[in-house]
Amino acid sequence: MHDELFKEYEGKLNPKIIEDIKSNMPEKITKTQLKQVMDLVVEEYKKVRVQAGESVGLISAESIGEPGTQMTLNTFHYAGVAEMNVTTGLPRVIEILDGRKSISTPMMEIYLQKPYSTGKDIKRIALSVKETKVKDILSELNINVVDLNIELRINGDKLKELGINRATVLKVLNKEPKTAVRQSTVDKDLFTIRSTTKDINLNEIYKLREKIKNIFVQGIKGITHVLPVKRGPEFIIMTAGSNLSKVLDLEFVDATRTISNDLFEVAGVLGIEAARQSIINELFKVVDMQGLNIDKRHVMLVADMMCYSEAPQGITRYGVISEKSSILARASFETPIKYLIEAALVGEKDKLRSVVENVMLNQAVPVGTGLPGLAVRMAEKTVKEN
Amino acid sequence: MTEVYLNSKFIGNVEQPQDFVQNVIHSRRKGEISFNLNINYNTEMDEVHIDNSKGRVRRPLIIVKEGKPILTEKHIQQLEKGEITYKDLVNQGVIEYVDASEEENVLVAFTEKDLTPEHTHLEIAPISIMGLCASLVPFSNHSPGARVSMGAKNQKQALGFYTANFPVRMDMDVNLLHSPQVPVVKTVVNDVFGYEKHPSGQNIVVAVMSYKGYNMEDAIVLNKGSIDRGFGRSSYFRPAIIEELRYAGGLTDEICIPDKDVKGYKSETDYKYLDDDGIIYPEAFVHEGDVVIGKTSPPRFLSSVDEYSLSAGTRRESSFTMKHGERGIIDFVCITENEEGNKLVQVRLRDQRIPEVGDKFTSRHGQKGVIGIIVPQEDMPFTASGITPDLIFSPHGIPSRMTISHLIELIGGKVGSLSGRHVDGTTFDSESEEDLRKELHSLGFRENGTETVYDGETGEQYQAKIFIGDMYYLKLKHMVSNKLHARARGPIQLLTRQPTEGRAKEGGLRLGEMEKDTFVAHGASLLLKERFDSDKTIVPICEGCGTIAIYNEFKEARFCPLCGDNVEITDVEISYAFKLILDEFKSMGIYPQLKLKTKY
Repeated sequence: MHDELFKEYEGKLNPKIIEDIKSNMPEKITKTQLKQVMDLVVEEYKKVRVQAGESVGLISAESIGEPGTQMTLNTFHYAGVAEMNVTTGLPRVIEILDGRKSISTPMMEIYLQKPYSTGKDIKRIALSVKETKVKDILSELNINVVDLNIELRINGDKLKELGINRATVLKVLNKEPKTAVRQSTVDKDLFTIRSTTKDINLNEIYKLREKIKNIFVQGIKGITHVLPVKRGPEFIIMTAGSNLSKVLDLEFVDATRTISNDLFEVAGVLGIEAARQSIINELFKVVDMQGLNIDKRHVMLVADMMCYSEAPQGITRYGVISEKSSILARASFETPIKYLIEAALVGEKDKLRSVVENVMLNQAVPVGTGLPGLAVRMAEKTVKEN
Repeated sequence: MTEVYLNSKFIGNVEQPQDFVQNVIHSRRKGEISFNLNINYNTEMDEVHIDNSKGRVRRPLIIVKEGKPILTEKHIQQLEKGEITYKDLVNQGVIEYVDASEEENVLVAFTEKDLTPEHTHLEIAPISIMGLCASLVPFSNHSPGARVSMGAKNQKQALGFYTANFPVRMDMDVNLLHSPQVPVVKTVVNDVFGYEKHPSGQNIVVAVMSYKGYNMEDAIVLNKGSIDRGFGRSSYFRPAIIEELRYAGGLTDEICIPDKDVKGYKSETDYKYLDDDGIIYPEAFVHEGDVVIGKTSPPRFLSSVDEYSLSAGTRRESSFTMKHGERGIIDFVCITENEEGNKLVQVRLRDQRIPEVGDKFTSRHGQKGVIGIIVPQEDMPFTASGITPDLIFSPHGIPSRMTISHLIELIGGKVGSLSGRHVDGTTFDSESEEDLRKELHSLGFRENGTETVYDGETGEQYQAKIFIGDMYYLKLKHMVSNKLHARARGPIQLLTRQPTEGRAKEGGLRLGEMEKDTFVAHGASLLLKERFDSDKTIVPICEGCGTIAIYNEFKEARFCPLCGDNVEITDVEISYAFKLILDEFKSMGIYPQLKLKTKY
């Protein structure tokens, strides 16, 4: 009903508002009545928008900074798994806002495609994602000093649990260069590894043994722990460690919802817009967990500031601050000498267009009442002639 | 084989460490080896550590054998009669000192009835787990530890009777409570260290109720009548010390009434209290600006110019003057000589401090607060028997802090003052709350300490029964008259031309970074500018080279040291701090140019 009228307002109003009006209007409203309503809404909408000269950045900073002082609890532990703890609270907020390249606890939430997400075989699926090395499946690894070779015994139960067959093990072991692997015919779990290098000494054998321990068997590199969790009707896999591009390639993974908490990985795989959303989501994870209340728009503003170029920038002297146009504003943050000298070398100009510089000079800051000026510009000549 | 260490140095091995340790302890108790030695057998490391070095913290414990303390009734009787001393008990091996490492090997019973055959030691008294100040808090086993430690800290700040020879002392910054009292509710420790000889508080009637919001947020309401009767009255003493210094060339300071031609001469009225010797007379009532001790010093620099000029040898005024906002009465004047043989004049200033709004008071339970209002006695609430409280304490201070000891002291104090005796509030060993309540009941009061109370202004009976009783209150040394401070105009710093900092220098109240942010957030741009213009200056700027030009006031002419006087020079208003940073840039080898443009 009246669809063409609604269409008319699409550019003027937020789609959510149009949707709300649609669902709340009485059935038998006339077109003129509806138009009146819509115009009224547009009027109101314009009124509530942020006005020119409002210091949105500073208000955002205060609105995020103040609740930040109340944050408690720096880590969160998943039931029973000591290794799977998550950095939360102020350390996590700092980590996000600083735009750290490597975060302290990278994690993923892997959503699964329909038949897999029901929970059947979820443990096996989860373990297949986990990075498994030889040392995770062996029960014994000995050096035979007489024959100068290595005897490796596989833990059969672990293999079963992880869904690996012995042929695969043989295959990965064979990939190791300069070695020859033989599977015992009597004991299927026993492998003998012999170095093909001539005149090998015990020391080298020892090194080889350490190398064998770290041979990659299956799974995805970087995923150190997996934990199947029921979220709503479906099962998902929480992981410690992150490798977004590899995980998204897996056929049973729902690539539309799977996400990592590593901003730079998200930015690299999914693009800067995804990273922006990721910043917002990750910050709100902390805020919600602490039971604090921050308006979304403040966080969005910060995320926008961090993500206007191709890679996320932290709010540090290397990131966002270094892009400030004013020399004095940059110098007033950290390492003033560095900025001053850099600016002096190229003869930079400070146009005094922002807040900090003007406070330093004791001039009116160009926000709020300090923003408006004369619409008619006075001719500079006339002033000078006097 | 177990290794043995003496003061952390290896000295040898023993076969049976347990026996060895027992032998050492045994001979120590017999007095064969020093009492200062402690020994510990570490079972995990299988090492024996002996320590007799200095600086260890040790505490005395009663030795227990087979579940029975060695200290007997007989010992105590002998102690009471004075036949033996505490030292004898240590020598006899009844009490021994244990350090932190030896403590690892002992099992200490808290009270005598806790004793089992496994115990090796018994606490002398349960209160000995606390320090001196903490054990002065009565009933402290009923309050959270944090509050007890606050109560202990507050007592250190209480005004009292610090020494009996105060009239002949010259102490710095000292307070003296005028009529201190011994607390009605005491702990054993009060008796042990002679608290009666130097008490630091007063027993007053406290009502726990709200009073028109004047006691919210920890404030207290005081009875004007009680203050007039002497509650919380104290004296504040401050010395003025001046020395006649000797300088090179035979010049000296001179304590005298300065001559009128002295540099920096104040006015005749400022010297009015000084006697002929330049020193004030006792009992003079001085205010700010008055000179207490007059002094002149020789001129600071003796240059050749001074020698021939008319003002040659002009002496400087360097008297001791009362500071801003200070007042007092001259209490004591003392003229002596110091170690170098210079004349030394010390004057002690006394100022009576009557409680006023803002002064800080506390009970002994960390329940501190400042006076919110002083109410005339006739307007104070009164009980059925006509008692008006001296102090009204807000009940909102109780639930979150859980200082139950505060409430028990109130009942204890009431019982004590009604029956005319002291009440024992020793931690863990106090009179029981139940007994106190029973006694209060037998004295004809409601056993929970509440009473019917009437509004002092209307005479109406309050609906609620008010919890009212006696408590020991302390006046703390934080008094508003030492802290009150405001400024409109005043001194500025030489370097930055910004206001000075701190009350002593009559300084400004800083509008800091975060306060600045609130102005920006409100968009109050011009207000912010006004707030920050304490150091604004008008600076002539050369439009040719962009540096600060020179204004010759005498010729009323501007010129630029770089471009001469044939350039456009404009006056610009900036903060002096910015002028300073421009100078700083120049010193760094950076050439800061100001390009001017009309703003509007």
